[in-house]
Amino acid sequence: MKIRAQIGKVLNLDKCIGCHTCSVTCKNVWTSRQGVEYAWFNNVETKPGVGYPKKWEDQELWNGGWERKSNGEIRPKMGGKFRLLAKIFANPDLPEIDDYYEPFTMEYDRLQKAPDSKAQPTARARSVITGKRMEKPEWGPNWEEILGGEFEKRREDYNFKDVEADIYGQFENTFMMYLPRLCEHCLNPSCVAACPSGAIYKREEDGIVLIDQDKCRGWRMCVSGCPYKKIYFNWQSGKSEKCTFCYPRIEAGDPTVCSETCVGRIRYLGVMLYDADGIKDAASVEDPEDLYQAQCDIFLDPFDEKVIEQAKKDGIPDSWITAAQASPVYKMAMEWKVAFPLHPEYRTLPMVWYIPPLSPIQNAAAEGKIDKDGVLPDVRKLRIPVKYLANLLTAGKEAPVVHALERMMAMREYMRARNVEGVDATDVLERVGMDEEMVEDMYRIMALANYEDRFVIPTNHREYSGDTPFDNEIAFDARSACGFSFGNGCSGGSSKIGLFGTKTHSNTMSGRTPQAD
Amino acid sequence: MSVDFVHQFFFVYYPYICLTVFVLGSILRYDRDQYTWKADSSQLLRKKGMRLGNNLFHIGIILLFFGHLVGLLTPEAVYHPFMSASTKQLLAMVAGGIFGIVCFVGMTMLIWRRLFDARIRATSKPSDIFVLLLLYAQLILGLATIPFSAKHMDGSSMVALASWAQYIVTFRGDAAAFVVGEAFVFKLHLVLGVTIFLVFPFTRMVHVFSGISAPLKYLTRSGYQIVRKRG
Repeated sequence: MKIRAQIGKVLNLDKCIGCHTCSVTCKNVWTSRQGVEYAWFNNVETKPGVGYPKKWEDQELWNGGWERKSNGEIRPKMGGKFRLLAKIFANPDLPEIDDYYEPFTMEYDRLQKAPDSKAQPTARARSVITGKRMEKPEWGPNWEEILGGEFEKRREDYNFKDVEADIYGQFENTFMMYLPRLCEHCLNPSCVAACPSGAIYKREEDGIVLIDQDKCRGWRMCVSGCPYKKIYFNWQSGKSEKCTFCYPRIEAGDPTVCSETCVGRIRYLGVMLYDADGIKDAASVEDPEDLYQAQCDIFLDPFDEKVIEQAKKDGIPDSWITAAQASPVYKMAMEWKVAFPLHPEYRTLPMVWYIPPLSPIQNAAAEGKIDKDGVLPDVRKLRIPVKYLANLLTAGKEAPVVHALERMMAMREYMRARNVEGVDATDVLERVGMDEEMVEDMYRIMALANYEDRFVIPTNHREYSGDTPFDNEIAFDARSACGFSFGNGCSGGSSKIGLFGTKTHSNTMSGRTPQAD
Repeated sequence: MSVDFVHQFFFVYYPYICLTVFVLGSILRYDRDQYTWKADSSQLLRKKGMRLGNNLFHIGIILLFFGHLVGLLTPEAVYHPFMSASTKQLLAMVAGGIFGIVCFVGMTMLIWRRLFDARIRATSKPSDIFVLLLLYAQLILGLATIPFSAKHMDGSSMVALASWAQYIVTFRGDAAAFVVGEAFVFKLHLVLGVTIFLVFPFTRMVHVFSGISAPLKYLTRSGYQIVRKRG
């Protein structure tokens, strides 16, 4: 057993209001640069829909993630090492920018500088790639917002597999939910596996997956390798970029920007201990429906004496073990079993988990329109089909999702009975195998969701990266230095024309339109 | 300026200038500015024509490069037991002709795309266009040498050019003497050829190095995953 720790994340979809604050704050911090205008390290999709980029979930189309061979081994779905290298000149699995959207800005300048005219001046769209006017943007990062567009197109949603989708196109039966997405910082990342340069790596101390911008050569295999399409090719720098899990903040014990700014308080960050030796077996189980359980099985109980002993041997700081014991992620994923990985069938063992949303049923149940299954309404009668959620979160296995939804519903029933009617509805709790202590804890963390309960992040202990703090360049050397910059950004060479290549565009994220027509 | 000096300059001094810049420039760029070291693919912006064009171009040019490398630098004594100079010339003409045409078709597609696709044109650095046209010119010159070679199938021209290359890489001073009497198209091909080395470190061509090292590293990497320790 080799114990490693990772800062995991849970998103409570039951509370997501789809406000995009996470996406916008993330963009302002990380991707407001040339070449990544189209990239959203965090984006929020309305489901059902094909998403961003289009149909990202369909691996028959994009060949992302892993596949299990008949001998029980797994290899990237793009192909083994030789096959992958054969794609290096022209990668047939690479999305084109139109699969995301052609990034554009508006001619805001015109609104101020247009000459006198009878009609109001308009701000037309301009491509930030070509600088040319776009008659009509045809797609955007969130084109399907709140069920935008025809159902016929949204029906292509991969999660409709084995669902009688057509009835959900009817107005009376329609449903929707939000799905905020970011890099999953997987335990078995297929982007790392697909990188010929070895530029992508997982950090041992906190599990964050990063791209070494100096080592990346822009072979763009990772873009296809990632089944979540959360690696973006920067067309200006020629390098791939991805969500950094805001590692400079995490190292200091602060939550990621998307989590910090989430107004719905749906995001949770906490330490998970896991057995690194078990990754390969967990990712290789035969039946995709077993992948969720297999991943749960490599997570370790932070209260177990043996685990603590081994964790210390493997160099995990005490503060991290303490944090693991208070981890909201561990509670939701392992104790309460209400959080699930996104598309475990890709075999990447993702570490950003989701609590499935409840959907309207309670009111209807109260009106006697919906069957009660004992003391609880039947979650199979929820507006969002359970099968749809299961396709999203458990490779189609419905039982765990049903169990989670029942527990969440039981929490509501219990707290409502106590606060409104003043009774302890313990029968509801018994029905779902919970006790009062557990439901109180769940209520505190999931419903009240105070800052300190949502984010239990130990600092990174940079001082441990060398024998003494003077033995590594991070703790003291980098102090008072140039900070976060690309390339050798802090050492001279500030002339506009570089010897080794010059940028082709000025930053169009400044609000200025590209001047070319 | 005497004709002799022009010959001496272009076939002795100039190659050394180019090779020095090639070596030092590449090392400096790798050391100082690795963030700029990349293949600079534009496939994300336009997929069309890439699969055919880029594969043909790369396969063609890689085989041409190794053909030249082996063909020029193998000493006569090494291949003589197996084939005569005239056989080797015929082999070079046929293989070079085939791969040259493969490369030509691919490059024509890529140049068309780079110059006339609005997205690709707008995101091209001057060096991207320059390097493509430079290689194109060199390729056309190379193909143009085939009829000249056909005039004398005894292999004498090829032996002369190979001797020039071998003298250059082994630092023997009178290399120019081998090429003085050759057809002008060969001379131009040589000068343009070493010029490619001159501009190499300042263009996207540096990804050629990575194209050799990355597959080696990837194939010898144990398993697939990479975990970096702190520090």
